[in-house]
Amino acid sequence: MIEFLKGTLILSGAIFMFLAALGLVRLPDLLTRMHATTKAATLGATLIMLAVAVHFAEVAVVARALGVIFFILMTAPVAAHVIGRAGYFVGVRLWSGTVKDELKPHYNPLTHELKSGLETEPHDRGEPGGRTPS
Amino acid sequence: MSTLILLSLAVMALALCLAFVRLFRGPSLPDRVVALELFSSILVGIIGVVAIATDVPSLLDVAIVMALMAFMAAIGFARFLERGGPRDD
Repeated sequence: MIEFLKGTLILSGAIFMFLAALGLVRLPDLLTRMHATTKAATLGATLIMLAVAVHFAEVAVVARALGVIFFILMTAPVAAHVIGRAGYFVGVRLWSGTVKDELKPHYNPLTHELKSGLETEPHDRGEPGGRTPS
Repeated sequence: MSTLILLSLAVMALALCLAFVRLFRGPSLPDRVVALELFSSILVGIIGVVAIATDVPSLLDVAIVMALMAFMAAIGFARFLERGGPRDD
């Protein structure tokens, strides 16, 4: 039973990593590639670390394996966010079939300024809390 | 069990080759950074499978360091891209 569980975890983890690499090669632009690699590779590494925890079944090893899983789950979204943000600001070309780019009307690439779309006054640079009487 | 380990190692090696294709071809620098990050994820998996195959639990420390270095590299490359250093891609 343990052997079967271990084998299933290892093989499915390897297959998910292969799918991530396949998506990295086949998908058309940066954001879709990151969509493939971040999620599938995180799941693959998580499954293989679970297999390690099941195989050794000691407290120290299980704690370390869970630590690796926790670390990967914490850092993969942050790294993907940072790379995606940098890629957008650098001006990576989006796929020609992109339906919606919600950042485009709010972002000025020349001044590197991002509007929230909720400003009531343009260029309100007054001190915080002190509304100037008019 | 050993055939299964060999099979999964072969699948992950193939995944490394595909990631290397993107690293080689990638039209822009962010694509290459994504490929490098996938490299490190696959390497964490390979190290885990090797730890199972050889019964050496100390290899997990290598996996931890690998994940940590990949995160640092991603953050560093992103800083480099946003600050606009010299690029040749």
